[in-house]
Amino acid sequence: MTIAVRNIAKYFGSFCAVDNVSFNVEKGELVALLGPSGSGKSTILRIIAGLETPDRGEVFITGRNVTELTAQQRKVGFVFQHYALFKHMTVEKNIAFGLEIQKRPRQEIAAKVSELINLVRLQGYEKHYPSQLSGGQRQRVALARTLATEPAVLLLDEPFGALDMKVRQNLAAWLKELHDKLHITSVFVTHDQSEAIEISDKIVIINRGRVEQMGDAHDVYEHPGSKFVASFIGQVNVIDASILDNRIMIKDTRHSIDNISDIPNGNDIVLLIRPEDITLEEKSGERCLPCVIKQIHYRGSFYELDLDIGGFIIKALENKNSFKREQWKQNQQAFMHVKHYKVFETEEGHNIIREQLRQLGYIE
Amino acid sequence: MTENILPRPKMRSGDALLRSASFGYIGLLIILPITVMIVRSLQGGLTALWADITLPQALFSLRLTIVTAFIMVLINIVTGTATAWVLVRYSFPGKQVMDALIDLPFAMPTIVAGIMLVALYGPRSVIGSFLQGHNIEVMFNTPGIILALLFVTFPFVVRAVQPVLIELDQDMEEAAKTLGASSATIFFRIVLPSLMPSILTGAALSFSRALGEFGSIIMVAGNIPFRTQVASVYIYGEIESYNPQGALGLSVVLLFFSFAILLLLNFIQYWNRRHEN
Amino acid sequence: MKTNNPGRLLLIMLVVGWFAVLIMLPVYGIVQETVKSGLSLVVSSLNTPHARHAFLLTFWITIAAVIINTVFGIIIALVLVKQKFRGKLLIEGLLDLPFAVSPIVTGFMFIILFGPNGLIGSWFEGQGIKIIYALPGMIIATLFVTLPFVAREVMPVLREAGLEQEEAAYVLGASPWQAFWRVTLPSVKWGLIYGVTLTVARSIGEFGAVIVVSGNIINRTQTATLHIHQEFTDFNYAAAYSAALLLAILSFTLLITMQTLNRRTNES
Repeated sequence: MTIAVRNIAKYFGSFCAVDNVSFNVEKGELVALLGPSGSGKSTILRIIAGLETPDRGEVFITGRNVTELTAQQRKVGFVFQHYALFKHMTVEKNIAFGLEIQKRPRQEIAAKVSELINLVRLQGYEKHYPSQLSGGQRQRVALARTLATEPAVLLLDEPFGALDMKVRQNLAAWLKELHDKLHITSVFVTHDQSEAIEISDKIVIINRGRVEQMGDAHDVYEHPGSKFVASFIGQVNVIDASILDNRIMIKDTRHSIDNISDIPNGNDIVLLIRPEDITLEEKSGERCLPCVIKQIHYRGSFYELDLDIGGFIIKALENKNSFKREQWKQNQQAFMHVKHYKVFETEEGHNIIREQLRQLGYIE
Repeated sequence: MTENILPRPKMRSGDALLRSASFGYIGLLIILPITVMIVRSLQGGLTALWADITLPQALFSLRLTIVTAFIMVLINIVTGTATAWVLVRYSFPGKQVMDALIDLPFAMPTIVAGIMLVALYGPRSVIGSFLQGHNIEVMFNTPGIILALLFVTFPFVVRAVQPVLIELDQDMEEAAKTLGASSATIFFRIVLPSLMPSILTGAALSFSRALGEFGSIIMVAGNIPFRTQVASVYIYGEIESYNPQGALGLSVVLLFFSFAILLLLNFIQYWNRRHEN
Repeated sequence: MKTNNPGRLLLIMLVVGWFAVLIMLPVYGIVQETVKSGLSLVVSSLNTPHARHAFLLTFWITIAAVIINTVFGIIIALVLVKQKFRGKLLIEGLLDLPFAVSPIVTGFMFIILFGPNGLIGSWFEGQGIKIIYALPGMIIATLFVTLPFVAREVMPVLREAGLEQEEAAYVLGASPWQAFWRVTLPSVKWGLIYGVTLTVARSIGEFGAVIVVSGNIINRTQTATLHIHQEFTDFNYAAAYSAALLLAILSFTLLITMQTLNRRTNES
């Protein structure tokens, strides 16, 4: 493995930003550190780079313990969210900086710079200053500057966070492509789960300074190990329920959704249902709940439905091709069929998870 | 087509009144006196003006002014930048108090600044008599002038650099660090170029102030021709001895410097904006 | 960040040391010299008719400069921020000139213009009105050196406040005059007070320009700063030091006021 993080912890005053975090990054992998803002993911990345000193734990890069080394000595590549280009230097000079520090011969620097300019597709911009470039171009310069010194690992701190949606998607796809070409071991920090799912080989989910779950995109999406992961990865409906006569009863209604046997009667639970796991039916059946159609929003490739089940609004997504729009009207009675759901017991505090979801904007 | 339909917006009478009031005030208080002085100086012809400026005593005072101002600026660039750096980047006990007291020389009347320096370094003081005992003359000598200039201009560089340093993107320094640059390289190649416009602004402001400084210098340096007489003191002497003609030459030179520095400051500002978004 | 870095500690010590020697030590020097003279001498030297007259004159000149330059400063700021016209940048540049011109040259300019033989001065002389070597000249010189303060402090605040609030007032039926008093002026309050404080500090402390236009006549045209100079050249050190310390305390109070106001403006 190329990067190993062992039991690192970091305190800012009494606030624990990173709490006993360990993970590995294998050679050539592209790993995403995914988590909400303030979760400590950037701090972890900065500790790997040597820009922060951990209070506990060790960092290994290519098998060497670098915990005591300064950022200058670690020879890692670091890309910043706001590019951190040297404002008073041209594109060329920015890219050449690291090579000049290493006192490489002039011809070699010139050759390397032009090679990188080609790689990041910025031909013709050599003499431009950062202020004359767009956000996407600036981030490409920053990447070229980082790659110039051929670092063993590449660390990217929310690299597309300051860009427009469109540019962001293009650049993310391009980074994936670049990674497939260069196979440089990379770790990038993001709070955008779709970005993480789209380009990473492995996702490390960070919450409150801890690793919540690790795995490939499919794993964390389909088999979330905790409520947090389930709700953070993708959109999700959070429904309060309780167990009565071995049945899951939706709170404040008399509707039951399914039978259940492994949770004692009387316990409160939380149901997590992804919108795409709900389909609208005319007749009741297994795992069906009566509902009223409140709104049908056209969203281009899909329809988003607001369904009322006794006061709760549940979001459902229907594919444009399979959904028969003309069949449904507003305020019509119908049944929602739940293909798949996840149960979490609430005793470890579902208020906390609700609060987190609220902050993330998934619920109001 | 719309320009044919819509009438040109007319200026409201209130706006016109305000505009004439401000133009009139600036005209009467700034433009008129300066113009009259320049016209007056040219009345005797350029050769006469040149003769006034190149009188040995005038020339000496002008040179002394520029040399002392220049030395002061060099010292201020280093100490001012260092002070701003320490105030922004480090924390130490008493920092808040020091930050507040930086502006003291701006609030202090220059004559009081002069008196303070005399009280401290003058022949009657402990330090002054000690220095005299070692044959070091501070008061009524060039070091005194530089000291007074350093006192009255101290805040300029500090206050110009400080806000820029606060706003300075520390990511740039971290980026340089991850690229392997040493602390010295980071300072000279990354930080200093970013601070340059503000350092130059502070330097130009203190230079401009030093060229015209009068109150503190007359207290610490006196009025000794060919020794401690700076340009402003020379002009004052000529006016006092009822020789306004003699005062005109250097006055015009100082005025020229004021214009030149204002232009320079505007240019620095323009240059500074070049790399901003 | 390592806190006990020896280089860092050394730099802090050098900077604090330089500041202490250059700025604070002289302050200590004058306090010590004044204390040495004894309290009774300090009080009696400040209580002479000359000293009282000089401080009173400074007071009146300051009042005049503050009133006139506040009114014109606000007008200039309004015109430069809200009106569009050609040559605006030039006017803005001219507004900074008083900061750049030597006080001695300033005084001299007004002697040329308002002196008995001057372009305007000769006309007033004919009416029997003395400007130079009299109070009007001293006020004019003070007006010149303090002209930019109010305008320069109000302009950025005015620019930031924008037009919207005033337009809202107009839509609600306010006259331009009402909009100014009830919307514009309150929004620039802190900038204005800061500018006035700077004006006060400079008016009290002005020396070069005033000594040139005043003729330095004891009990007639001597301000506080001129009085200090006079006592010093007459070797009345105790009197000079006491008066200087009094002005220093005044300036210090103004400085603290400025700092508080600055924090206030930054917060709002």
